[in-house]
Amino acid sequence: MPRFARPALFGVLGVVGLALVWELYKFFGPGNGVVIGDLTVLPRTSDLAMPHLATMVARLFEPVTGAATALPLWLAVLGACAFTLGIAAVGWIVGVTVGLALALLMQRFRLAESAILPWIVLSQTVPLIAIAPLVRRWGAQVEIGAFAWENWMSVALIASYLAFFPVSVGALRGLGSPDAHHVDLMHCYAVGWWKTLWRLRLPASVGYLLPALRLAAVSAVIGSVVAEVSIGLRGGIGRLIVEYAGAAGGDPGKPWAPIFGSVLVGLVAAGFVGLIGLFLRRFRRDEVSA
Amino acid sequence: MTDLTRQTRRIRFLATIGLLSVGSLALAGCSSGAASPNGDTDASGDLTPITLQLQWVAQAQFAGYYAAVDQGFYEDEGLDVTIAEGGGDIVPQDVLAAGDADYAISWVPKVLGSIEQGANITDVAQIFERSATTQISFADKGIETPADLAGKNVGSWGFGNEWELFAGMQQADVTLDDITLIQQAFDMSGFLSGDIDAAQAMTYNEYAQVLETVNPDTGELYQPDDLNVIDWNDEGTAMLQDAIWADADRLADDADYADTTVKFIKASIRGWIYSSQNPEEAAGIVTAAGSTLGQSHQLWMTNEISKLIFPSTNGVGLIDQAAWDNTVDIAMGTTNETGATIITADPRATAFSNEYVQQALDELETEGVDVKGADWEPIDVTLKEGGN
Repeated sequence: MPRFARPALFGVLGVVGLALVWELYKFFGPGNGVVIGDLTVLPRTSDLAMPHLATMVARLFEPVTGAATALPLWLAVLGACAFTLGIAAVGWIVGVTVGLALALLMQRFRLAESAILPWIVLSQTVPLIAIAPLVRRWGAQVEIGAFAWENWMSVALIASYLAFFPVSVGALRGLGSPDAHHVDLMHCYAVGWWKTLWRLRLPASVGYLLPALRLAAVSAVIGSVVAEVSIGLRGGIGRLIVEYAGAAGGDPGKPWAPIFGSVLVGLVAAGFVGLIGLFLRRFRRDEVSA
Repeated sequence: MTDLTRQTRRIRFLATIGLLSVGSLALAGCSSGAASPNGDTDASGDLTPITLQLQWVAQAQFAGYYAAVDQGFYEDEGLDVTIAEGGGDIVPQDVLAAGDADYAISWVPKVLGSIEQGANITDVAQIFERSATTQISFADKGIETPADLAGKNVGSWGFGNEWELFAGMQQADVTLDDITLIQQAFDMSGFLSGDIDAAQAMTYNEYAQVLETVNPDTGELYQPDDLNVIDWNDEGTAMLQDAIWADADRLADDADYADTTVKFIKASIRGWIYSSQNPEEAAGIVTAAGSTLGQSHQLWMTNEISKLIFPSTNGVGLIDQAAWDNTVDIAMGTTNETGATIITADPRATAFSNEYVQQALDELETEGVDVKGADWEPIDVTLKEGGN
C-alpha cells in the first residue's frame, strides 16, 4: 500500500463511520432524544432536528431559492467558502507574522518577555463580541490616500487577533527549546544572535511551531466566521449560516450546507499547514502538541 | 535517483501546486471581498453622501430604503445613499451616535435605553406605525390571550425583543414566575419540536417560517388555522418599532444636515410607497441587494411590512404622541426577569421630533403623493415549502 493511501483510507473510514453513527442513532435513538433529568444530552431524532444525510446532500444540488437566477446550493456555499477562506488566510498571515515577531522580540530581550507576555495572554480574554464592533468602527475611520478600510479587513483583523496568540506562545517556547549546551557551543564559536537564531533556534522551534500554526489556522477560520456574523459582512460562510438558519423548519437540509462549508474551510486551512509541515519535514524530529 | 527521493520530489511538487491553489483561492477571496459590501457608490460630486445603518442584514424589512436607492428617489433629492447592513453585534444607535452613520434604523424601545445612557439622537420618522411582534402557539395549546400564558413554556429572543411580551403579561397579571421563559433561537425549531408552547414571532418572518413547514400530521404546510396568534397591537402593549433616527446635535447645529434629513425622509417615504404598491419588484430589489431569503418568503415579508405602514393614520412617518407615550410608559413600567426596566425617567425632549417628517409629508402632498394609502390593500402571498 502506498504510504499516503493509509491515512487517506482512515480519513474516508472516519467520515463513513460518522455518517453511520448519525443514521443509526436517527433510526434507533429515542424520538425525544436522550434526556437525563431535565437535560437533553443527545438530540431528538426527528427529521427536523436530524435530517437524513441524503436530504442534506440532495439539497446541495438544488438551487438556493426558487428565483430564476438562483445558483445551485453547493455552488453558492463553495463561493462563500472561498470568500471566508480568503479572509481567514489574510488573517492567518497577519497573525502569524505578528506572532512570530513578538516571539522573536521576547526571545531576544528578557525585558520584552516580562513586559509583553502577560498582555498577550490577557488579550485572549477579551471576548470577540466586544472587540468586533470596535474594530469595525475604528476601521471605518481609517482612510489613507486612496486606501479605504473595507469591512472584510475588520474581519481579517479579528481573525488575526485570534491567530497570533498560539503562534507567539508556541514560537517563544520553540525558540527557547535548544539545549543549553548547544547554545553554549554557539557562544564558544562566537556566533551572533541572528546566526544562532537561524542555525539553531529556528530549526529547533519547528516542532513547536507547526502545531501552533495549525491552531492559528483553525482559529483564523473560526474567527472569520464569527466576525462575519458579528459585524454583518456579506459573502462568507458566517452570513450563510445565519441566513439559512431560518429555513430550519421548512427546508431542514439547507442550514447544513454552510456548516459543511465551514468544515471544508477548516480542512483546507489545516491541510495547508500540513503542506508547510512537509516542507519543514527534516526539522520535525520531536513535534510537541500544543 | 532512489525511489525515496523521487517520491519526495513528487510530494514537493504536489505541495507546491496545493500551496499555489490555496494562495489563489485566498486572492480570489480577497478580490471579491474588496468589492465593497455596501454596493458601489458612484462618486458624483453633486450628491451628498449619506450612510444609513440598518439594524439587521438586507431583507424586505428594509425594502423601502433599498427601493428608494434602486428607483433613484434619493438621487432625485440630491443624496447618494449607502446602506450599511447590520450584524450580530452592531447596535445601530451606537453607530449613529459615534458619527459613523448619518441615519440609523432601530426600534424605539431599544433606543430609549441608549438615550437614557447619553446618546443624543432623535426619532425623526416613525416608519412602522404598528408592531410586528406576536406570540404564536399551536391551536391545540389553547393559548388565546396573554393570561393563557401562565404555566406555559414561553419563548423569547431577549436582547430588547421581550418587552411587549412582558408588558402584555404584566397587564394580564401573569408574572415571570408563572411561566417558564425559554431563550429562543434564530429559527423556529424549538417551537416546531414542542419545546416552546408560545413562541415569539414577527409577522413578517418567523410566523411565515412556520407556515413554510410541512405539518407531519397532514403532510401539507401548516395553515394559519393551526396557529393562535397573540397580537400586541390588539392587547395594547405594542411598542413602536422601525424608525429613522438622526443625530440630535447635528440637527440643532447644522442647517444642511437638517435640510438633508427632510430630503432623506421624503425619498424614504417614496421608497415605501413604491414597495407597498410593487411588492414583487420590491422583493426582487432586496434579493438583488444580496438577501438570500427564499422568493416566497421575501415577498411575504415585503407584504407584511407594508401592512405595518399602510394604511397610515396620519401620513407615513408621523409620530403619534399617544403611541409614543404608550411606548415610553411600557419602557418605564415593565420589569424584566432581573427586575430592571428599559428606562427610569422620561426621555429628553429631543428623543423625537415631527418637524422634519411633517415638512417631508407637506412637500410630498404638494407634489400630489398619497402619503396615507387609505385605499391600500395587501396582496395574497402563497408561501412555498422552505420559503423558496
